[in-house]
Formats: sequence, structure tokens, C-alpha cells
Amino acid sequence: MARRGSPIEVRNLTKQYGSARAVDDLSFTVEPGRVTGFLGPNGAGKTTTLRSLLGLIRPTSGSATIGGKRYAELDSPLTTVGAALEANSFHPSRSGRGHLAIQAKAAGVPAARVDEVLLRVGLAEAGSRKVGGYSLGMRQRLGLAGALLGDPSVLVLDEPINGLDPEGIRWMRSFLKVLAEEGRTVLISSHLLSEVQQTVDELVIIAKGRLAYQGDLAGLAGETTVTVDAPRRAELQAALAPHAAVQPLPNGLVVTGLDAEQVGAHAFAAGIPLSALSTTASGLEDVFLNLVTGEHTTTAMEGAGR
Amino acid sequence: MTLIRSISAESAKLFGLKTWWILLLVMVAYVGAFAAGMAAIFGGLLGGDQPIEGIAVAELVYSLGSTIAYAFPVLVGAFIVTAEFRHGTLTPTFLATPSRAVVLSGKVVVAAIVGAVFGLGIVLASVVPGAAVLGATGAETGLDDPDVWLIMARTVLAMAIWAVLGLGLGSVFRNQVVVIVIVLAFTQFLEPTLRVALGFTDLNASVGQFLPGAAGDALVGGSSFNAMMGGGGDQLDWWQGGLVLGGMAAVLVLIGALTTWRRDVD
Repeated sequence: MARRGSPIEVRNLTKQYGSARAVDDLSFTVEPGRVTGFLGPNGAGKTTTLRSLLGLIRPTSGSATIGGKRYAELDSPLTTVGAALEANSFHPSRSGRGHLAIQAKAAGVPAARVDEVLLRVGLAEAGSRKVGGYSLGMRQRLGLAGALLGDPSVLVLDEPINGLDPEGIRWMRSFLKVLAEEGRTVLISSHLLSEVQQTVDELVIIAKGRLAYQGDLAGLAGETTVTVDAPRRAELQAALAPHAAVQPLPNGLVVTGLDAEQVGAHAFAAGIPLSALSTTASGLEDVFLNLVTGEHTTTAMEGAGR
Repeated sequence: MTLIRSISAESAKLFGLKTWWILLLVMVAYVGAFAAGMAAIFGGLLGGDQPIEGIAVAELVYSLGSTIAYAFPVLVGAFIVTAEFRHGTLTPTFLATPSRAVVLSGKVVVAAIVGAVFGLGIVLASVVPGAAVLGATGAETGLDDPDVWLIMARTVLAMAIWAVLGLGLGSVFRNQVVVIVIVLAFTQFLEPTLRVALGFTDLNASVGQFLPGAAGDALVGGSSFNAMMGGGGDQLDWWQGGLVLGGMAAVLVLIGALTTWRRDVD
């Protein structure tokens, strides 16, 4: 079944809380048909951005729209956008089915959908139990069921993998892939790259409320460094400095922006014999951490070719 | 259309949990016992001189419930809002119905409905045991008197308004415990004290009749509190009482709409 989703567009979004800027002039676009990971450490502004998109928070300036419309302007919000935010916004004395039935009434969705989505997320039996007795994983599934209730073409899920057991994580991954393959727009947030690495096609990384990276995983992984050393280390550094970023470390010079062959060629041209030459691919998680702690931001963006 | 959906969702929310009928049962037991006791006292079981007689006894017995029990619909109305804050459920509520005005309107309608249900509960809990005791003692039950039936109808209306007022309180204060403390302190202590104290001089008495409880009593009619207090204090006409009480409810809901209902949902 094809459910062609609308793009999510965030334009110059800013949210000020007192003197603190939770989101600072943030712009990015989320395209349909793929899973986009929205990453950043806790406190980076992910939740504020998602809540602004969903009309729960009024931005200080800028906009966040779905198919060009603000959430409040959507004719039928739950059948356009399905969202699951934090996993504890349920009344503990209500059953999962009761919670969904109320959402269905409010959104004008047929009551029969409730059992369909409970079945789809694997809560068919637990649905009649009180939410107060649910595990975090079950509440995540209930949240997802709520998001799917209106069969929306756009899905916005805040930390959907958090709290799932390994079997649940695998289930969620394949589930999100299927939703994207159906043509939907899927945006999922996380504070751990490793958590979503196998799930997402596209990444939006923010730090301190600002965009740090947008692109695919390959672009993020493009970061490799060359470690090189020579007895005449100072001369080697001088020879390489015009061509690349060079950082002296105890075990040699770490060169960013050139590959090993280019480094060797520069050394040869300068007549400096090398004592060591090796390539190190930074782990994705290292690159991610560097990005969100504010170091090497520009380099990584350039490395991604953007 | 969205309003009708919102009303349907909000009533499912309220009536799907136990809170409302537990409060209703407690209130019915309380009012029923009180009405039977009052009917026995004033109906002449005790003999001797009675401060009031005739149809006034029946009117007093039937209207007392609203005087002693209006805190129940106020609390139920308040819980419609405070429960959302307590459990963080405004997020799914606003996701399904992004217009806050529609959500608030839906809640006001449901508050009025549940308030009317509590009003019916008060009427039944007062009239059934009250009339039985009055009949048994040979006093007039007043059930053939249209004025008595009007008291019952206005009880239902008054409790509907009280529940909306409670919803307004809940919207202004948000916190369930704070609202419970305010409602109990005001209805059980502050207002009764003020009404007695203000009843001592004519000028103050004319102020006292605008207190919410006094306005609510005026709307129901039957002058129960004044009768119990020996007739001290003025009382508004029933429609004036209705306007005063309705006005207070409207102001509280409006303040809530301009403050709480405009806030970001974090």
C-alpha cells in the first residue's frame, strides 16, 4: 500500500526559554520514503523541535510545517501525521485500548482501527490491561499504535527505540523500514547514533539547538585521518600544513583532509623520509560525538560535501 | 464537527474512569442521610415548636442537598482539567485536537453534563428519602406542588454551573491537590463563616448574597442556608443567583483560557 508522505520542513526555527535558546535558527527538510534520524545529545533541542512541529509549543520565530501547513492548520491531523512523544503520557488507570478509543473518537477515526493497530504493534492481548502496569517497551508500542491510528503518511517518533529489548529493537527497525518503503515520511529522534545507525537512511544532527549535520550515513563516515611520522617531524609538519589540517600528537602527526598516498607524495616532494604512515577511519560514534560536542563541526560538514 | 468529536472524546475520558461515580456515590449517601435526618427533625418527629412548617419544610429538605454537596460537582469539573496535567495527557489530547478552544469547549460541555448528573443525584438523594420520611410523619411532601419541582430542576441547573466553575478553577490552578484544598477550604469553611459573619449587619448582608455559595442557594431557591441560620442575610432572586454564579464560572473559565490553555505543552 503506497502512502506518499509530505515533506517536513523546519525553517529558521527558534525557541527561546528565558535567556536560554533551546532551538536556534534551525532549518532542515525531511523527505518522504525514507527513515530520517533526528539526532543530538539530551538537551540539544530535539524534543522542543518536534513539539513545535506538532503545535504543542509556540516557536519564538521561524516555522515547522508538514506539507507546507502548520499542524494546527491540518484538516485532519491524526490521519495526516502520527506522532509518539514521551512514553508516559497515558492515564495509568486507563487500558491501552481505552486510550486509543478516546484518540479515535477525538480524531474521527473508526473505532475498528483501535484493534487493528493494537494487533499491528503486538499489544492485542495487553490492550485491555491498565497502562499503569505496562513496561516501558509496551508503552513505546502503545505510543506507536497511537501514531498509526489514523493511518498517517507522516510519522514523527521521539526516541522510539529507547526502552525496547533487543527483540523489540529488531522489530521496531524492520517496522520503520516498512513504513518508509510504503512511501511515508518517517522522522525518529534519538540521542544515540548507534541506536538508529542500522535503521536510518538520512541523518539530521543538532547540537545546542543548531544544525550540525544533514546528510546520509556515508557522508558522516567519510571522515578518515592519516597518522604520519618522520625523524624530522617539524619539517614534515611544515611541508604538510599548506595542504591539510595537521595536529601533532605524541605518536606522530594526525592529518585530516588528505589520504595516505597524498601525504606520502608531499613528504617525498619535500625530501623527508617517513618512519610511519597509516590511515585511521574514525568510528561513526566518534564523528557523532565530535559533532555534538561542537568540535570539528565544519570539517565534518565539508567532509560530507555540503 | 470537531467540537462534537471533542465532546465525545472528553466524555469517554471522564466516564471511562471510576472517579466520577465514586464521588457520585459518596455524595448521594451523604445527601440522602442528611435529607432523611432533616425531614425527621422538621417533619415533626421530634414534636414541639418548629421554626418552619407546611410546604416550606419540603422545600427546605429538598434544597438542602445542593447547599451541602455542591463541592462534589465542583471537584468533578476541576478533575476534568487537573487529571490531564497530573498524568501529562494533554499531549495526546492536543495531537488529536490541535485547537485548544475546541478542547476547552468540549470540556465545558462535558463538565455541564456531569454536573447535571450530580444535580440529578442530589435531587433523587434528597427527594426519595426526604419525601418518604415526611410522608411517614404526616407532613406535606410537596410533590404535588410545581414550586417544589422547579426547585429540583434548578438544582440540576445549579450543579451543572458549579461543575463548569470547577473546570474553571482547575484551569486556573492546574494542580489537583491545590484545587482540592481550595475547594474544601472555601466551601466547607471560608464561605459558611463569611455568610454568617456578614449576616450581622444589613450592608454586609447585601455583600454576602453575592458569595458563590449564596448565589447558588438563591438559584436553587428554598432558602435553606438562610432558614438554618435563622433568616440572617439577604438573598438574590433565583435568576439573579444564576447570573452571579454563571458569571463567576465564565470568568474563571476565561482566565484559564487566557493563561493555562495558551501555554506550551512540554
